[in-house]
Amino acid sequence: MIPSEISSAENTPAPLIQVDQLTKRFDDVAAVDGISFDVQEGELFGFLGPNGAGKTTTINLLTGLARPDEGSIRVAGLSCTPNPKAAQKFIGVVPDESNLYPELTGFDNLCFCAALYGLRKKERRKRARELLDAFGLREAAHRKMAVYSKGMKRKLTIAAGIIHRPRILFLDEPTTGIDVGSARQLRQLVRKLHRAGTTIFLTTHYIEEAERLCERIAFIVKGRIVRTATIQDLLEPVQAKRSMLISVAQVPATLGAELSSAFKHLEIQTVSEGKVRVDSTESISLGPLVRFIEERGAVVTEARRLIPSLEEVFVQVTGIEAAAMRKEKGKRGPKK
Amino acid sequence: MNRWVAYWNIMVKDMLTYYLKPPNISWGLIFPVAWTGMFFIKSGRGAESIPALLPGVMAVSILFGTTSMLAVTVTFEKKNRSFQRLLLAPVPLELLMLAKTSGAILFGSLNALVPVVLALFLADLSQVSWLTIFPAVVLIAMVSTFQGLFIAVSVSEVFEAQTFSNFFRFPMIFLCGLFFPIDALPIYLQPLSYLVPLTYGADILHGAIFQNNIMPLAVDFLVITFFCLALFYFSLKNIHKKWII
Repeated sequence: MIPSEISSAENTPAPLIQVDQLTKRFDDVAAVDGISFDVQEGELFGFLGPNGAGKTTTINLLTGLARPDEGSIRVAGLSCTPNPKAAQKFIGVVPDESNLYPELTGFDNLCFCAALYGLRKKERRKRARELLDAFGLREAAHRKMAVYSKGMKRKLTIAAGIIHRPRILFLDEPTTGIDVGSARQLRQLVRKLHRAGTTIFLTTHYIEEAERLCERIAFIVKGRIVRTATIQDLLEPVQAKRSMLISVAQVPATLGAELSSAFKHLEIQTVSEGKVRVDSTESISLGPLVRFIEERGAVVTEARRLIPSLEEVFVQVTGIEAAAMRKEKGKRGPKK
Repeated sequence: MNRWVAYWNIMVKDMLTYYLKPPNISWGLIFPVAWTGMFFIKSGRGAESIPALLPGVMAVSILFGTTSMLAVTVTFEKKNRSFQRLLLAPVPLELLMLAKTSGAILFGSLNALVPVVLALFLADLSQVSWLTIFPAVVLIAMVSTFQGLFIAVSVSEVFEAQTFSNFFRFPMIFLCGLFFPIDALPIYLQPLSYLVPLTYGADILHGAIFQNNIMPLAVDFLVITFFCLALFYFSLKNIHKKWII
């Protein structure tokens, strides 16, 4: 048989993670409710959803920290449903909060984690030094982890997660609770790891983070996956649309209705007091709109084009307002 | 992958982080000396009475040396999530828990040697069967450690682990026949004595030092081994049930 005759199905490598109808209940509540998805080797896959959506439970199920009630999990070709420990040597896990030893130094923590994967003394010391350098923690290597800042702790936890060079890295909310600078550094590290060929499964409730980092995303809400697609596919419908946000002072109460009846080819929406959103599949001429508004005694203070973002797609698909996600950010998000 | 690299490093880390710390070392030295001194003074006899105190002091040193730290450290690691790091390692749970308990077993066994070394300088121990003493010390250390493990995996807070450890330890000391012969206990308490693993350990120690064991040594070794296996098995079952939910 010549190579061209080989079917495309045969050419496609098996996904590194295969999840089918996975369900996990806590009492009567389904934390994860019949989810199915695949992650290909080398992919950076995002799991996006609000707090309590089932992201961490999914990671726990995939990494052997929890047992599913129903469904199946295959990681690196191994069935993990009967034996959750089967694939643990292939995976690295970075939980949302550090699970390292505060009483050990950064260097000792890394060496200890390497030993858990059977690395010999010489190799684990070499690898620990390499990672401490790569993560900018060389100076703090021999300080106890208890005195590290949050950002340093998170970096050390990521270093511990990759000390054994795993094929798959699970990152649970990697930038939650750390400052903006550290978050940016961490995102760069994640990109670097991905470029080096590590398959990454990332959970986040930051829409922008998912958009910046991931190739493919699953939206998870209340334990169910509501949409899985590449960033391009997700953005396509909103990118075909032109949108503008017009800020208006001294708004007459009937402005929205009047605009809608006068500009029937445009989608007009009053998003909040003094803010009018205009959507169209064609280009929007701003002049007639501004003139129309000002003729009614209002003043246009600002008009700007809205760049289509994943946030809009998320709101459309999940019905969860971006404001609710921002509120979560306020509670747990990066410090300004 | 060499799982024994993981085993060795977990044990060494626990020894260095928890057991071989100044407060524990001083406890390991002071505790047996204080107990020996207390019974020695109370007996009102000379140095010849020291061997009579040896089984009790050895057993109590092991019991406290093992259970005090293990129950607390496992609960503490579970609480601060570092135990999760161990559960994520590609090491079978049985080996993982054996590694976690080995430090305590070793520390408990070393604690038992403190009164023995002291007694060597003060009394004639020529009648002691050392070949029986050493495996007995290790088995008592194992059974006490697994008891600590069983408590640790049954509770969720550090203070609960401490409370439960004392709840079991103190009655055990008085029920196991170390300081009061079992047949001198009230009749309704005697059956309880035979449910306490330390009773069999104490009997081996009495047998090894004075040849006055009340049960055949083979039975003592068998029963204490059975307790070790049962406690370890139920601890693992509890971890599966409560920690890998």
